[in-house]
Amino acid sequence: MATGIKDKVAILGMGCARFGERWDTDGESLMVEAFREALADANIESSAIQAAWLGVSYDSISIGPSGVPASVALRLDNVPVTKVENYCATGSEALRGAVYAVASGACDVALAMGVEKLKDTGYGGLPVRSRGTRADLMNVLGSAPGAFAQLAAAYSGKHGVSGVELKRAIGHVSVKSHANGVKNPKAHLRKAVDIETVIHAPMIAEPLGLFDCCGVSDGAACAIVTTPEIARGLGKRDLVTIKALSLAVSNGWEGQGSQWDGSYFHTTRIAARRAYHEAGIDKPRNQLGLMEVHDCFSITELVTMEDLFVSDEGAGWRDVLDGFFDADGELPCQIDGGLKCFGHPIGASGLRMVYENYLQLLGRAGERQRKTIPQYALSHNLGGFPSQNVAAVVIVGRYGK
Amino acid sequence: MNRPVGIKSFGGYVPWLRLERSAIAESHAWFDASVRGKGKGQRAISNWDEDTLTMAVEAARNCGAAGFAGRIGRLILASTTPPFVDRQNAGIVKEALNLSDSIETMDVSGSRRAGTSALLAALNATRGDGVDALCIGAEKPRTQPLSEAEFTAGDGAAALCVGTESLAAEFVGSHTTSIDFVDQFRGANREFDYAWESRWVREEGYGKIAVAAVRAALERTGIDAKDVKHFLMDAPMAGVAARAAKLAGVADAAVHRGLGGEVGFAASAAPLIQLVHALEGAGPNEVAVLVGFGQGCDVLIFKTTPSIAARRPTQSLRACIHGGKTTSNYMRYLVINDYMPIERGMRAEMDMKTALTTLYRDRKTILGLVGARDRATGLAQYPRGGIPLGSTTGGVGDMEDYPFADRGAKVISFTADRLTFSIDPPAYYGMLDFEGGGRMTLDFTDMDPADAIVGRMMRMSFRVKSRDAARGFTNYFWKGVPQR
Repeated sequence: MATGIKDKVAILGMGCARFGERWDTDGESLMVEAFREALADANIESSAIQAAWLGVSYDSISIGPSGVPASVALRLDNVPVTKVENYCATGSEALRGAVYAVASGACDVALAMGVEKLKDTGYGGLPVRSRGTRADLMNVLGSAPGAFAQLAAAYSGKHGVSGVELKRAIGHVSVKSHANGVKNPKAHLRKAVDIETVIHAPMIAEPLGLFDCCGVSDGAACAIVTTPEIARGLGKRDLVTIKALSLAVSNGWEGQGSQWDGSYFHTTRIAARRAYHEAGIDKPRNQLGLMEVHDCFSITELVTMEDLFVSDEGAGWRDVLDGFFDADGELPCQIDGGLKCFGHPIGASGLRMVYENYLQLLGRAGERQRKTIPQYALSHNLGGFPSQNVAAVVIVGRYGK
Repeated sequence: MNRPVGIKSFGGYVPWLRLERSAIAESHAWFDASVRGKGKGQRAISNWDEDTLTMAVEAARNCGAAGFAGRIGRLILASTTPPFVDRQNAGIVKEALNLSDSIETMDVSGSRRAGTSALLAALNATRGDGVDALCIGAEKPRTQPLSEAEFTAGDGAAALCVGTESLAAEFVGSHTTSIDFVDQFRGANREFDYAWESRWVREEGYGKIAVAAVRAALERTGIDAKDVKHFLMDAPMAGVAARAAKLAGVADAAVHRGLGGEVGFAASAAPLIQLVHALEGAGPNEVAVLVGFGQGCDVLIFKTTPSIAARRPTQSLRACIHGGKTTSNYMRYLVINDYMPIERGMRAEMDMKTALTTLYRDRKTILGLVGARDRATGLAQYPRGGIPLGSTTGGVGDMEDYPFADRGAKVISFTADRLTFSIDPPAYYGMLDFEGGGRMTLDFTDMDPADAIVGRMMRMSFRVKSRDAARGFTNYFWKGVPQR
């Protein structure tokens, strides 16, 4: 009988590069930037790392295939380096590999590294790429905003929320995240915006305007994980441990069957249920203290509030407008600025979310620090598109509290 | 052999978009003010994702292909503007219509007479062996800006199912002449036609060659010119049909004016389009004379049967013609038809290379929009996939082919995407839920902004998915079009 991951693995150190249009920097250097911070935080040498997982999605336009680029850039000790890719949930997938390796006893210390260098394409937005020889002959060659914008039409239709009301609610999602990003020196976009600017911005994919879309940027983030016992042995007093780690992948039910209504993420709901069960959470709205969710687009964040069972179905947009998820609200969401302000270097984002939760749990989040240290902090990392995707939920918390 | 042969069913298609000829004229008036005189009426223009094959498929479906697909033993496609010089175009239409692999298919081209010659060949072949044949004419003429043809041409297609029983119109007989009268030509690898003076074409061509052929056909079939009820001689110039009819002794009331005013002259497909148009309005026991002109002349004579009314298509050509969406944006016309190179941005640089192995393996899935249905559960799914939707046993189940192309579908979600590359932005697409079950996320086309609503009913349309300009390959797939 599986016993779950709760409290079996501790975070020994984390690092996060400054995200942005890093014209001067390649993917390897971004990894080094995050890695140096994590090593110093963990207070170990790189030779202590016994296995590594590298998450990168668009490898062909940056560091290339395999685990070798990470091994070389970080001068790892000829340890196994496994490259993983799972759409935009790639960063969480890398963490999952490292955490399970430690939990299994296969190694004492493992590294999860996520990196993406997107700004070597010459144009804005995510790079265009093949999805395979058959899919290219059939699939819509839409943009990422186009794929997620469809949530809005379906959500409006299902819940009777007018287009105008919904536009304002998702607008507030972005206003809130921009306000948070101002306080984060590692964020890409550090400028507050007002609601009217957001609502009247140029249309990208109806109804998503420019400010409803997260940026595209370069970045890297990493975690070094070990067992709580080893962490204590290395002199760590306050420990952050993994409380839950779940991943749900679409099997065609949404996209091929006739039951899904297009207004929510089936996989996020499954991953959330599994994660809450693993962590022992039964009232997420009350028990969670912080959330970092996959706000690739404002509408994604809004429906995710319902999919994580934090807001009632059909009521997420009201919670958003009520400020429930603002930095000073009851359950802050994207207190670091989110994908909205960090941009979305695919492989790095899942780990960047955990990084913020880790800092907040240790009281190290500087100007952004939440006054009350939460018991649980959740990160939600989503890859693919609403009808077919990969949803990851990671819950971290203080060890022994 | 003297078995009766004729037309069992008929259907036509004209693209949804229309261009005001006044917009063409105004755009060119700075160069030649006299073109303002040509700025009357409209011409049918293909959407960017339409070509002769997509229009051929639409015409065949309007002809009732879904109902008779199993009986078709021969498919002939006539066009002087097919997308492929060497890859059988009729074969692509056959895949899209989901016809049997065991049929004869043939492309006919090379002249504006191709449409009527193909129909004549189909009739003669069916008379010989009794096998039902589908004859389709489709054209998307490329016309040089400011040329006469830019004003007169139009895009469209027509399909006729030829057989020996349940006839809508019986084939009475024909006469053909083959004369190298070069009114216009297009050399190999040339984009545009080169045309001689229209006065000469009218007098020496239509006025003599066509008239002589009509007279010969009437004489050969023993039909009295006065009994002709429908005289069908479309031409890219006004007045020729009336003049030819008069010379041949056919009553002026029988002369159908061409569809030039609202559609334009669709080259070799024009006579077939006109025939479909006439049959849609014809009563029983009426004689129709069809003229196809081009380096000689085909004259085919038909007589409608008492069951003509029952054989009219449910999706009529007339509805197609009247249901168009008019634009006066000449620049848009130039851009979407690739007359005008514009900056497309880096997103348009994606390599559209088609894996021919994949296309062959999945040709029913891609070109025929055939999915699968689990006989045990009744669940339909697309694409077919190895294990049925919802199965946990790992078995491949008992799956049967399940075509989606003729099923209606409801919009579940959609967007209008302005970021992804489209030559005619925004790109509309979304998820569709099919009547009878099954779902797809598909591109939408021929969209009005008002059509973009959850719950809108759509029909499927065979369209160009992408063009691989680097290799000269066109890739086809199905898209959602609002039911109108």
